[in-house]
Amino acid sequence: MKAQTEVLNRRCVEAAVMTGLALNCHINKKSLFDRKHYFYSDLPAGYQITQQRLPIAANGSLTYGVFMGNKQSRMATKTVRIRQIQLEQDSGKSLHDDLRSQTLIDLNRAGVGLLEVVLEPDLCCGEEAAAVIKELQLILQALGTSQANMAEGQLRVDANISVHHPGEPLGVRTEVKNLNSIRFLAKAIDHEIQRQINELESGGEILNETRSFDCKLGCTVPMRDKEGKQDYRFMPEPNLPPLVLYDSASLPAGTESQQVINIDQIRDALPELPSATRERLVRRYGMLPEHSFTLLNEVGLLQFFQNVMKETRAEPKKVTSWVLNTLLGYLKHHNLAVSESPVTSSALAELLDLLDSKAISSAAAKQVFEELWKGEAKSAAQVVSEKQLELMQDREALEQLCQSTMEGHPQVVTDMKSGNPRAINKLIGLVRKATLNRADPAEIKDILERLSS
Amino acid sequence: MSARALWLAFRSGLGGRQAFSTKGSGRITVEVIEHLERLALVDFGSREAVARLEKAIAFADRLREVDTDGVEPMESVLEDRCLYLRSDNVAEGNCAEELLQNSRQVVEEYFVAPPGNISLPKLGEQESFQHS
Repeated sequence: MKAQTEVLNRRCVEAAVMTGLALNCHINKKSLFDRKHYFYSDLPAGYQITQQRLPIAANGSLTYGVFMGNKQSRMATKTVRIRQIQLEQDSGKSLHDDLRSQTLIDLNRAGVGLLEVVLEPDLCCGEEAAAVIKELQLILQALGTSQANMAEGQLRVDANISVHHPGEPLGVRTEVKNLNSIRFLAKAIDHEIQRQINELESGGEILNETRSFDCKLGCTVPMRDKEGKQDYRFMPEPNLPPLVLYDSASLPAGTESQQVINIDQIRDALPELPSATRERLVRRYGMLPEHSFTLLNEVGLLQFFQNVMKETRAEPKKVTSWVLNTLLGYLKHHNLAVSESPVTSSALAELLDLLDSKAISSAAAKQVFEELWKGEAKSAAQVVSEKQLELMQDREALEQLCQSTMEGHPQVVTDMKSGNPRAINKLIGLVRKATLNRADPAEIKDILERLSS
Repeated sequence: MSARALWLAFRSGLGGRQAFSTKGSGRITVEVIEHLERLALVDFGSREAVARLEKAIAFADRLREVDTDGVEPMESVLEDRCLYLRSDNVAEGNCAEELLQNSRQVVEEYFVAPPGNISLPKLGEQESFQHS
């Protein structure tokens, strides 16, 4: 087995530049590599190569949305500053076996390239952190630089938390690790904030320590094995020269393209980012920003929505409402992903066409949806005809029904004429019953008002 | 480099760790020596070793005699070289079995390590530090 020095993977650099650009960072045309020394069983070399002096990107920002208010109905946009993005090596993975007093080490990922994104302490609570991470996940997925699945360790998040009185400098911070999901991240942060407040208010002090989130206990606990302040003895990495990036203006002539990274080229090839996608949806379909967030946050929902839009004549606002309220409501209730929906986008498109052409009422449409949800491979049209949900097309017959209903309930008619709003609703209800729910309430109201004038 | 050579030379010579007073110019305190030993896992087992360290530092300090006003610091002796970028292809691997044979003890496909870092004995303890 031959000894090797570290070699930098080109794709890692491209991914770092893409991510830096997507996060509005300044890309450092020259960045440097350093060694960070410490001893731990999952770090076979005794040091980690990182970029401590001069990272590949710095001074960026991430704009994200938080739902406001009790009903989570309004959206506010906030921004968190990005301090820097650096390339570094991953360590191996430790599995602690307390029972046998040993640690099992998996070295498969040791040495693999990592991107670390460092944020400024601009966030105030678990909810904001959760929103930031969610947005970061969407960005990384759009870029293709990571699937950012926290449960699978594709995205790891450590939170640094401190409290202070307004106007005073930042307090002593603790670092919280072992956060495996966005939900736990928010919980852990909020718990730690409260713990620190409680500690300080009862006269205690906060130690600059590393804590771990215990999801069973729902709280943070001190992590063993972190021996206070470490001296990492940073030194320049002797085996790696500075990383030099170019743009179209500075591109050296006659160099092998495989060895050269052009920032401008990468920028031009960036895919559409989530914020641009949301803006496009709001502009094109007139939906609220909140809706665009929901469409992107749910895996597969945007694609579903776009498929329905392609196949239906119905108005975007109708489609938005049905997808976000009806479909998503059913999915959440049954705890299903969009990909598992028994109602396909084609089926929904067909249903919305029937609604749009006034072949059925919206109440009937809801019934059809419920039937389609059973997944019995029937089309919307089939369900409508089986359950006889078609709207009466015969206007004259409807008028006659209204007439006869009014004659049958003279007292209600009198109430209606004297301006009692509940009276007309009662009449509408009666007519609807008489039509076996096959008439549009709005149309009935129209006729009744005309007949009684 | 000299510190490491001394570590190998003195490891067998001395049975344990001795307390020692500061030597030479007295600039390097006992606390600093202990700190360095923990960080780098070297063993400054004797006064001579500490003196050698002090001489090494004095030698390096002579760099300060150079006037570097207005001179760009050098970041790397490799600064004129191109950092080679490797293409993202898997060229080797699939040698887990071979690599696991490096370890005395394995569990399934994991290397076995102690539960955490084992602390060095404190300065002044009589028992010698066990090398594996």
